[in-house]
Amino acid sequence: MAILVERSTRLCVAGITGREGSFHTRANRDYGTNVVSGVTPGKGGQSMEGIPVFDRFADAVAQTQPNTAMIFVPPRFAADSILEAAAAGIELIVAITEGIPAHDELRVYNTLRRDHPQTRLIGPNCPGILSPEQANVGIIPAAVFAQGSVGVVSRSGTLTYQIGKEIAQAGLGCSTIVGIGGDPVPGSSFVEIIELFAGDPETELIVLAGEIGGSAEEEAAEYIAETVSKPVIAYIAGFTAPEGKTMGHAGAIVSGSAGTAQAKAQALEAHGVPVARTPSQVATLAVEALAQRTSS
Amino acid sequence: MDLLEYQGKELFARHGLAVSRGMTARSVEDAVAAAAGLGFPVVVKAQVLIGGRGKAGGVKLAGSEEELREHAGAILGMSIRGHVVHTLWIERASEIASELYASVLLDRSAKAPLVMFSSEGGIEIEQVAREHPDKLAREHVDYLGGLQREQALEIAAAGGAPEDLREAIADALCCLYEVFCQEEATLTEINPLIITPEREVRALDAKVTLDDNALFRHPENQGYSDLESLDPLERRAREEGVQYVGLDGDIGILGNGAGLVMSTLDVVAQAGGRPANFLDAGGGADAAKIEQAASLILSNPAVKAVLFNIFGGITRCDEVAKGLIAAFESLKPTLPFVVRLDGTNAEQGRELLAEAQLPGVHSAQTMDEAAALVVELARSAENVGSAR
Repeated sequence: MAILVERSTRLCVAGITGREGSFHTRANRDYGTNVVSGVTPGKGGQSMEGIPVFDRFADAVAQTQPNTAMIFVPPRFAADSILEAAAAGIELIVAITEGIPAHDELRVYNTLRRDHPQTRLIGPNCPGILSPEQANVGIIPAAVFAQGSVGVVSRSGTLTYQIGKEIAQAGLGCSTIVGIGGDPVPGSSFVEIIELFAGDPETELIVLAGEIGGSAEEEAAEYIAETVSKPVIAYIAGFTAPEGKTMGHAGAIVSGSAGTAQAKAQALEAHGVPVARTPSQVATLAVEALAQRTSS
Repeated sequence: MDLLEYQGKELFARHGLAVSRGMTARSVEDAVAAAAGLGFPVVVKAQVLIGGRGKAGGVKLAGSEEELREHAGAILGMSIRGHVVHTLWIERASEIASELYASVLLDRSAKAPLVMFSSEGGIEIEQVAREHPDKLAREHVDYLGGLQREQALEIAAAGGAPEDLREAIADALCCLYEVFCQEEATLTEINPLIITPEREVRALDAKVTLDDNALFRHPENQGYSDLESLDPLERRAREEGVQYVGLDGDIGILGNGAGLVMSTLDVVAQAGGRPANFLDAGGGADAAKIEQAASLILSNPAVKAVLFNIFGGITRCDEVAKGLIAAFESLKPTLPFVVRLDGTNAEQGRELLAEAQLPGVHSAQTMDEAAALVVELARSAENVGSAR
């Protein structure tokens, strides 16, 4: 078991014929992910190294039955591609594309909720989802992570790889790594992914990697205190970030006194979630938490 | 992208929201000419992207040309919390009966627009929320349905709008919402929205943040980019397509991925160092981009040591190494560098660096080790400097 992507994943990639799209599709397939098709308008009937390409998601669904879509199309077309995948009945959509306009994200989020409530969107602007030894959907370098019992959910890409490496060096592995993305309107938030990890028998410990901006970490803290019995460890990036400056991710900004790393760490700690001060400390805390769980 | 007050007012006016007549001025003579067209008294307002202008002396009333010359001269070139004033907004002074507050913003936790209105304006919204919570209306809008007039009227009433002006205030809220959606803003705020003695409703200030990612759909707004007020290095970074934020320390930082760079700044600070910048070279940076980024970091005279912290995913560590080698050839830096390469092609990257034997470049295995080393090197550089 793992969450979201696993051996039963059947992946269809929008933007499969693009430079980035084809490169990462190949990497995902080489890892063992079952890539059943791709979508590029105007290129229906072609194939990308044996993977059939369709003009529309509806055709891809009719002929290859994907249960997961990965979006690699340029930002200005990404919103419509996500909605097209949902309308075709795909229930898990992973949007890698960075730079989608915020109002497109608002439109997508609210349309999915109204018209396709069963569809789950991960991202946009995220590195994707990896369940080690099972499936990789996105751009996460799988070699960094080992298989195991730690579930990781993060707003960042490379920071997640750093934390994965520290966890692996401590002798631990991961059940699934989920990048929810760094944009202001993510399709899924910490709470929804933590809920999945809480219900996954393979996951014994949950790591939440957050950053400045918004209040998703504070909301997660409350949710964890109320409903999660598995141990959770957090890490927050951006203690040294100045007010009013966007730190790379569109969503990473301290506005006035809102969204600071300090406030997030305090909220998490007040709800009993230990917060590591460095990525290496995440691994130390993880080892401690798992040892405690085994002994109790 | 944050807009200056006058730019925000231009957008408001485009959507039919009432604003006072005014003109921009970049010199005292400009200001005098503007006032001649508007008629005295005028208000002279510093155009900077930072709050607290009034308290800093950046907003003055001028009843005569003599006063105008004095105020315009004093405000032009003034630095308000680090923001130098290059432009003034000269506006016909308004008579104010009362001050209100109105805004529309993207509420990230609700994933919906939030409309706020209060009959207590002219002060910070946080203060309104604290002191007059009963007079602050906050309502989410269904993004797909848009703000309906009925809801706007309800919000006006809930925020304590005087009865005779509820229609006018609802109109203003609908206009503001239209600006928010059609211009693709993440924030549109009017503080204060004023009522004149003639019972007119008008925007006396404008705070607008447009979504950079949507500018391709709004070519008419692209000119608002206020590069002039940016730190020169931030401006250069933006022109080169690199994410750079200047900080006040002495350790230059380069990494890939926003989260990892933020984390690197934190780890360096915890090791006792002071980062000089945030620089995200982005995903898949090639040697040329790394060389450019290194040059940007080295242009800051405060930098005493540099840390490269790379975790290769899309980015290949051998490209980073090549970029650093090229930077050493073209810039010949004399500062110590600490380089930590991990992930995609890390081994090749480390080999390239070992072969190149760049002077003053130290390799580190882990992020913690790299941070500790760069802090130590910056410190000894500081001691050498002070001993000179």
